[in-house]
Amino acid sequence: MNPISKHSVLKKRSQFLKQVRAFFYVRDLIEVDTPMLSQGAVPDVHLRSLQTKVLVPGKSDLQTYYLHTSPEYPMKRLLCEGCGDIFYLGKVFRDGDLSPRHQVEFAMLEWYRLGFTMFDLMEEVVDLIQKVLHPQGHFEQGGASKLNVEQLSYQQAFNKYAGIEDIFGASAEVCRDCLVQNNIPEIVGVDADDKVLWEQLVLTEVIEPQLGVVDGQPAISLIYHFPASQASLAQIPADNPLVAERFEVFVNGMELANGYHELADSELYRQRFEASLAEREDFGFDSVPLDENLLKTLADKPLPDCSGVALGVDRLFALQQGFSTIDEGIGFGLLES
Amino acid sequence: MATYSTNEFKGGLKFLMDGQPCSIVENTQVSPGKGQAFNRVRYRNLVTGRTLEKTFKSGEKVEAADVVETDLQYLYADGDFWHFMDAESFDQYQAEESAVADVKKWLIEQDICTVTLFNGQPIGVVPPKQITLEVADTDPGLKGDSAGTGGKPATLSTGAVVQVPLFVQIGEKVIVNTEKGEYISRAK
Repeated sequence: MNPISKHSVLKKRSQFLKQVRAFFYVRDLIEVDTPMLSQGAVPDVHLRSLQTKVLVPGKSDLQTYYLHTSPEYPMKRLLCEGCGDIFYLGKVFRDGDLSPRHQVEFAMLEWYRLGFTMFDLMEEVVDLIQKVLHPQGHFEQGGASKLNVEQLSYQQAFNKYAGIEDIFGASAEVCRDCLVQNNIPEIVGVDADDKVLWEQLVLTEVIEPQLGVVDGQPAISLIYHFPASQASLAQIPADNPLVAERFEVFVNGMELANGYHELADSELYRQRFEASLAEREDFGFDSVPLDENLLKTLADKPLPDCSGVALGVDRLFALQQGFSTIDEGIGFGLLES
Repeated sequence: MATYSTNEFKGGLKFLMDGQPCSIVENTQVSPGKGQAFNRVRYRNLVTGRTLEKTFKSGEKVEAADVVETDLQYLYADGDFWHFMDAESFDQYQAEESAVADVKKWLIEQDICTVTLFNGQPIGVVPPKQITLEVADTDPGLKGDSAGTGGKPATLSTGAVVQVPLFVQIGEKVIVNTEKGEYISRAK
């Protein structure tokens, strides 16, 4: 980027960030800048936290602290303590992620809404995306230029975009055949009967590229009710134990946001964290210390009923500006830093 | 045998696939966050020149390929093999027809070419970008039509055929671009 175009991009980014913040200030959410450093780390097996050594007075050895991969844990502590509706707009870090759609250090928007169901929050995410991707003027001309919105359950998405009627009952072989029928290049290193991975590949290779696109134009696709095995920290509804109240939002074939109707029970938090740690061990990954402050707060002061979502800010800005890679919209990428 | 893990993948990396040397054209990491990461890889088979795609589960390994590119002098062809020499060590290499098929019509004795060696065997040859060759045969054409619009085919001393302007005559030397197979100008 030459200095002039960098200046113009960063000016647009500044306006974009102002526009996003305005959306939340109007709705009376409080902006919170929670700490990036934590003694505990996220145990999710596929997330890698960066770590650093901190000189803590009174301790003879340097202490290991982790850079957050999302502000979720301290934000939840604030929710337990009665902060009400809150949002975070700032940097998070995920080690090892570098691609046209990833940076190790990237901007995340995360917000929580008390009393919102998963569907209420999905609606609010759509409002934000419509607002950011469309100048005000267009709405006044009858709203015709609003992005098309589609809501599908995980199961419906597999049916519509991959031709797999019942993904929960489908075999690994059905998923493998689907990849072949869709001319997906050969996959190396996945066991023939590994249903979980073949299903993931149908989602990322066959379905996702079709999401958030209608007649070649950007649209918004919301996929909800992911399998319970991918619940992470989402609630599993009592009337359907197969699914989790988790959703993802796609525009132009790209995942933009990931939200949950938030799990409240502190015992379930510990159970799911422990399960992630066990999975880390199976994969041969290093263990990480859990965020005991979060677990203690959840046990002492229950999390109010709420839904929360995290959205990739650099991706949203890239969509607004028509950039094909997210690093076109940031000052300096990892390799230029 | 040396191996590369997916986290070492990058453009230009040479590896073996089904025993054939390949070079990565483009490597894209796919990390869904909720699931296992994969690498989408576009690569070129250095023997066939075909570009292919495969998706590797993160952590998979491929065998490293002993592939080097080196400047060698073209010596001569004996009908079966095309012979090259390292001008410093005087080591000689013989290339099979498959390694020179696309470029043999641009090979001039003594010229320095970029040769790709796999396990010490030439598998690809890139001649100099511009070379000078004599016109062996062409239609004498119309004298005076120097504005020449369409041009005409000319057979050069190596057997290569290029389009040349109408004023170019048999016995003249012309400069050609070997990448595009196009006439550039007459040689002075």
